[in-house]
Amino acid sequence: MNPAISLSDMSRPDREPLIHLENAGLMPLPPPLEGPAKDHAFAALSGQARERYECGLDDTCALSFPRPKNEEEGKELVGRFLSGLDKLFSRENNWTFLQPLLLTMEHCARCQTCSDACHVFEASGGNELYRPTFRSEIVRRLYFKYVRRGGLLSAWQHGEIDLNWPLVARLAELAYRCNLCRRCAQTCPIGADNGLVAHELRKLFSQEMGIAPKELHDNGSMLQLKVGSSTGMNPEAVKDNIAFIDEDTSEKTGIEVRTPWDVEGADVLLIHNAGEILAWPENPGAFALLLNAAGVSWTMSSELAAYDSINYGLWYDDAQFARVALKHAEAARKLKVKRIVLGECGHAHKALAVVADRILGGDSNVPRVSSLTLLRDIVASGRIEFDPTRNDFPVTLHDPCNVVRLMGVVEPQREILRALCPQFREMEPHGVDNYCCGGGSGFAIMSGHNFPDWRFHVSGRKKLEQVLRAFQNSLDPSIPKYLCAPCSNCKGQFRDMLAYYGLWENHRILYGGLVELMVNAMTAVKPGFIEWEWR
Amino acid sequence: MSASLLYGLLYAGGIVFLAGCIVRAVRYSRQPLHLRWEIYPVPHGRTGELKVMVPEILFLKGLWEFNRPMWYVSFPFHFGLYLLAAATALVACTAAAPPALIVVLHQAYSVCGALGGLLALGGALGLLVRRLTVQELRAYSTLGDYLNLLFFSVTLVLLLTGYWLRPAGAPGLLDILRGAATFDTSLRLPPLLAAGIAAGAILLAYIPMTHMSHFIAKYFTYHRVRWDEAANVPGGSIEKRMAEYLMYRPSWAAPHVGATGRTWAEIATASPAKGAAK
Repeated sequence: MNPAISLSDMSRPDREPLIHLENAGLMPLPPPLEGPAKDHAFAALSGQARERYECGLDDTCALSFPRPKNEEEGKELVGRFLSGLDKLFSRENNWTFLQPLLLTMEHCARCQTCSDACHVFEASGGNELYRPTFRSEIVRRLYFKYVRRGGLLSAWQHGEIDLNWPLVARLAELAYRCNLCRRCAQTCPIGADNGLVAHELRKLFSQEMGIAPKELHDNGSMLQLKVGSSTGMNPEAVKDNIAFIDEDTSEKTGIEVRTPWDVEGADVLLIHNAGEILAWPENPGAFALLLNAAGVSWTMSSELAAYDSINYGLWYDDAQFARVALKHAEAARKLKVKRIVLGECGHAHKALAVVADRILGGDSNVPRVSSLTLLRDIVASGRIEFDPTRNDFPVTLHDPCNVVRLMGVVEPQREILRALCPQFREMEPHGVDNYCCGGGSGFAIMSGHNFPDWRFHVSGRKKLEQVLRAFQNSLDPSIPKYLCAPCSNCKGQFRDMLAYYGLWENHRILYGGLVELMVNAMTAVKPGFIEWEWR
Repeated sequence: MSASLLYGLLYAGGIVFLAGCIVRAVRYSRQPLHLRWEIYPVPHGRTGELKVMVPEILFLKGLWEFNRPMWYVSFPFHFGLYLLAAATALVACTAAAPPALIVVLHQAYSVCGALGGLLALGGALGLLVRRLTVQELRAYSTLGDYLNLLFFSVTLVLLLTGYWLRPAGAPGLLDILRGAATFDTSLRLPPLLAAGIAAGAILLAYIPMTHMSHFIAKYFTYHRVRWDEAANVPGGSIEKRMAEYLMYRPSWAAPHVGATGRTWAEIATASPAKGAAK
């Protein structure tokens, strides 16, 4: 049992983590994972990691930020943090989110309504450290003390906080214990947004101090802007891979598939998360087959970054976010396409279709839509013949937060599943009230130290509970089950988490995208597009 | 307490309250237009918005749905304040009403005021007790939070007892309002009621200085953030505002941002490697 922690513990000068996670203290799971004994033991952080990096928050480490060599260096880092904090509240530096940030800073009533909405807090067994207001309250106190320069009266009204390097280091880590799903903001009676606070903190650390997870920055947005994709694929490599996928899909389905590249004036510029091309090639293959079969005028682009829809800047850095969004829009402008269609990638949906909208001016403001609506229209049009009996197995749908709650695309994917999957069943709750897969905001690709253990045990736990409940009456391994996750990051999280808990091996729960189910039901396609093999 | 001092406090309280609310609202409205950050479902059209706003404002529907234990104390508190505001408005109407309506209006504001005062007092005490006894609230509460609720409770006790225990023949609400309107310094108020009114005036002035002014923030968090899905149309007002913001020169220090005196537009179109600070 963890001792109760308080806000002041964040400033503790010792290097010990504030909490320890044990299975017995976490939210219980339904069968077949009922009881802490059926869970895996939480892998410990290595002694070397504890020695080298700032890991004084909990039992894991997302940032691997080296410890300051001496007290002076720590003080200098605190100074840089304060400088960043000031910039977070200045018009010139943070016009992008200043208004919602100010409203959240100045009006939270600390009623804790948001706590029950947070899957991380609930799954952790109500651990105080993961309460959505814990992080925000510290930032709020720092804001009133150092940005508003409040004195004694302010401390009386808004609370006191001791600023030192241990607090800043812990705060940096704590910014990466939130999936930015904004379920908390949805329930706030006032409209305060604790998810935004985590987002803005990440920005402060990245934009001012250059602190961000390697997977998001060095191997993520930086690589994408340099090579064209965070996968490392340059335009030649991506074309080769797609050619291979076309060939493979043609052979598998019996229908000739060819992906068009750089077609000027096409109706649709399709941008996939390039991770699909390497990890789940059947997804881009299915897209190509469907769009061709439906007679859609479409193309992919081989421009730098325009064949990879990811935009990790959305999670931690406005400058990186804007750079990638502009590259996507620029590719569409050059090709003179009518619209950009985003493949099955949740954060790419929100990044380009929603958040980037206001920075895309003039002829860069090409319409940007979800592939889910296009696919729904294809099904509804009757242009392709489907046989739903080919999908006669239990199917449930995971709603990516960025697509539903944060973009409002809720029904199209359901209309498809209702039409093509006779055993479709919803998770509860779903739609705009969904729970994050636990891999949101970059966690799915963050695998340093024992961080995956944290995202399986804590951030993914609520979703795991939902998946198990959705299939509770069909857990028998003789029944193949399909968890439909139309989002690359979510699929990454499911791949890792289902494998970790042996749910494919022991209960035949497979995960995959939406287009795979569509092609699987196409009468013109050879039966068995979904291969029921783990990947 | 002299009538003129009380009137002064009342006017000052009202003016500071209004000015404070306006300053706060203007401050938020002058913030730059942020990037889109809406949360769905987003209601559409005036009717759609009203269907969400009316139950939310009047009955705190969100709290009912997501935090029932808090609703049991927060709803009476807020609804009580609405009734007190309604009672004040009814007193003002009574002052200007034809004689035939005065009895009805008198009964209406008496009921509204008493019910509102009791509900708000019960709610304030309930909120205070919850803050003191529920660990997850106590851990995040500041001295200011407790004093805010105590301030409300004391003011409401003074107002209710002062009104009900006033001696026969002492001025009622209508007399006080008329007195304040005409600055009638001959009015003699019982000390308890005068103390209640004075505390109410000070409380009114204090509210906009605190997070209790969330009724202002809520307009912005809903209409300007959660529900703001206004698209950037070529040649439209959003595009014009963005053109201005993109000329701002940020000073973020991380090398990859490359904010070496450049504008946001220059930074966004530069490669991060080339844009590294020297």
